[in-house]
This record gives sequence, structure tokens and C-alpha cells, in this order.
Amino acid sequence: MSTNREFFYRRLHSLLGVVPLGAYLIVHFMINYTATRGPEAYNQAAGFMGNMPFLLLMEFVLIYIPILFHGIYGLYIAFQARHNTSTYSYFRNWMFRLQRITGVITIIFIAWHVWDTRIQKAFGAEVNFDMMADIVANPIALTLYIISIIAATFHFANGLWSFAVTWGITVSHRSQRIATYVTLAVFLGMSYVGVAAILAFV
Amino acid sequence: MSEKTIVLEITRKKDSEGDSYVEKFEIPYRENMNVISALMEIRRNPVNADGQDTTAVAWEASCLEEVCGACSMVINGRPRQSCTALIDQLEQPIRLEPMATFPVVRDLVVDRSRMFDSLKRVKAWVPIDGTYDLGPGPRMPEVKRQWAYELSKCMTCGVCLQACPNVNDKSDFIGPAALSQVRLHNAHPTGEYHRAERLDALMEGSGGLSNCGNSQNCVEACPKGIPLTTSIAALNRETSVQSFRNFFGSDRV
Repeated sequence: MSTNREFFYRRLHSLLGVVPLGAYLIVHFMINYTATRGPEAYNQAAGFMGNMPFLLLMEFVLIYIPILFHGIYGLYIAFQARHNTSTYSYFRNWMFRLQRITGVITIIFIAWHVWDTRIQKAFGAEVNFDMMADIVANPIALTLYIISIIAATFHFANGLWSFAVTWGITVSHRSQRIATYVTLAVFLGMSYVGVAAILAFV
Repeated sequence: MSEKTIVLEITRKKDSEGDSYVEKFEIPYRENMNVISALMEIRRNPVNADGQDTTAVAWEASCLEEVCGACSMVINGRPRQSCTALIDQLEQPIRLEPMATFPVVRDLVVDRSRMFDSLKRVKAWVPIDGTYDLGPGPRMPEVKRQWAYELSKCMTCGVCLQACPNVNDKSDFIGPAALSQVRLHNAHPTGEYHRAERLDALMEGSGGLSNCGNSQNCVEACPKGIPLTTSIAALNRETSVQSFRNFFGSDRV
């Protein structure tokens, strides 16, 4: 395996982006969306997640370690590119560039978001509706949240498209084009859920 | 001298070490010229637009019918072959630059050795040498031959590497051309005997297949219309299966 290290890391990077990180993003957004039904519904859903058995272990195995690997290796990949969308302004070349931009936005956002929520919880703060309402009461924070949510959903949706190519699922031009439409729908749907959820805290 | 002229702005460099600079030329217009014949005109009379004597611009060319790839350069911002770049179809001033993804040897001449090294790395050939006559190989179905012929049009010109955002000085990505050659040679009935070796070569070391970031510029830029991104995706599938075979074990070598 040692000589295949880069191949392995790249494929692992691709896989982790979908499972568990993409799956986690969906679960996270579903919990957030309960805020549109009021603070009680949200507190109940968040409380259910917070009271899971083996929570810390699951957080590490399914979230923290995959995010650190995907994020750090992703930064390495992102800064290897020399973008040339000014010469080749094709749709896919823009997606390539935006995938790297949104990845960087998302990793910076996640660092801040984890500090504001999970690490504050470790310091004794209670995770509930009011915690998020306090954060997004600041219009700058709300704006940054909305931008980052859209960046994350874009990165996830477009990542699904390249996942399908990377693993050799969509080989033909036609299947890749249809995958573009499908992932566009994922992007729009996820963005709606994410933005509607954050606005519910305002 | 006719009144109509052609204006060229050429990015020049004395040798691989020197600084590059732009020199402007104005040459008399003739009908049906291509970039090569314009460069020949400069060679015949090496005087720049300011009327100063200068050195002739160095460039490479061989076949003059877009099958050898030697005359590739960046023309008005796009990498392509200068033999099929017709002056009448180009906006003036015509900007000529070397394909700077490769080491520049002089003026418009670049060193594409890395592409030929890549072909060696992926074993882009069909080994048929033996100590005795091996006889005729298996036949290839006609539909497959026609399909493979499209892939065989690659002339190692380097345009796809020039267009790729992941082929640059910060990365050692092998680039689309050699990858597609693995698909071609693995499709060949005799070449298929070395299928696993070629796939392993794409997975081993650094800069292999997995460095592709799917910007898909290559397939847009390829002058021969080779389905490079389809080749890459097909190889992604092949290497997925091959890596599982390698790890979990398989009798299919």
C-alpha cells in the first residue's frame, strides 16, 4: 500500500466527503430545520442528538477526524491548482474553482462554528435555541452564516458530482451531464433548508 | 510590399535561463498564410516592428498537417497548433507565446520530454517482442477498433497539459494525455495482457490518475477531439476495481 499512498489518500478524501461528512451535513440540516417549528421543537431535536450514547466517540470517529483529514488534505489539493478560468471560462472549470473556494470558506467557517458552539458546550454552555439566536442576533454573524451555509451546500453538491466521477460511477458524457442537474437540485434543496433554518433563529 | 500587413506580438526568451520579453513584428500580408508561414517570413527578414534588426524567432514544426504536435504554442491566449492557425481567422495583433507549462527552451520552443517520460511510466505500448514468432494476435472487433482509433489520434502535443489547472509547477500531475493512452492500450487485445501493470502505474507514486480535479478543460482544448474526460472517468472505474483486487486479492492479474 505504501507506494499507493497518494491514490489512497485522494480516494479516502473523496469518500469521506460523502460518508460520513455529507451524511452528517444532511442530518445537521434536518435538526436545524426543526427550528422553523419553534424553539421547543428545535430544543427537543438538539437534545435528542446531544443525549446520544457514546456521543463523544461518535463525534470523533464520524465527524472530527474525517473533517480534519478532509479539510487539511483538501487545503493541500486546493492550493495546488493554478486557476485559469479567465482563459477557459467553461462551466466545469468554474465548478473546479468554486469547489476550492467554497471548501476554504467552509473549513474556516467550521473552525469558527465549532468554537462558538461545541467548544462553548465543553466549557459548560447549554446548546439550545437561545445559543444560536444569540449568535445570529449580530447581522454580520448572520450574513457570514448564510454565506457559509451556501458555500457548504455547494461544496457538498458539487463534491457529489466529482465523487461519482472519481469512483468511476459516471463515465459517459451523458451521465456526467445528468449528474450535474441532479447535484444542482441537491445544491438548491440543501441551500433552501439551510438558509430557512438559520433565518428561523432570527 | 503590399499595403496590408500582419502584426505579431511574440513572447521571446533567449534560452531557458533568460527573462522573457515581448517583441512586436509587422510583416507583409499574403493570402492563405498560417502562423508558421508568418514565422518563416520573420526568419527570412528578422526585423522587428521598430525597424531594428533582431534574431529570428525560434519555433518547432514538423508535419504541417496537425498530426505531429510539434508546432503547438499559445496563440491569442489559447494553446493550439500553429500550422492550422490561419492568419485570416485570427484577431490582430496575433499574440504568440510558448506553452509555459513546459520548460521553455528558446522563444516558442518548449521541451515536452515530460510527456514522453509519462508514456514510459504508464507503458503506453503493446509488447510483442519474444524469442520466437508469437504468431498473429487476437482479432479486434471493428466497432472497438473505430472507438479506439479516436483515442489513438493523440499526438502528444501538450495542449491538454497547458489547459489543465492541475498541471503546474506546484503539482506533478501526469496530465490527461498519458492517462488516455492507458485506456487505449488496455483496449487493445494484446495490450490488454499488461492491463494491470498500466493501472498500477496510474495508482503508484505521486502525480497519478487521482490528481485529476475534473476541471475538464482538457477535453475542450484537445485539437483532436479525444474524449479525455471520459477516458479519465473510465480509468477511475478500472482503478477502483483494480485497487480492490490488489488489496483483497484476486486471481485476475
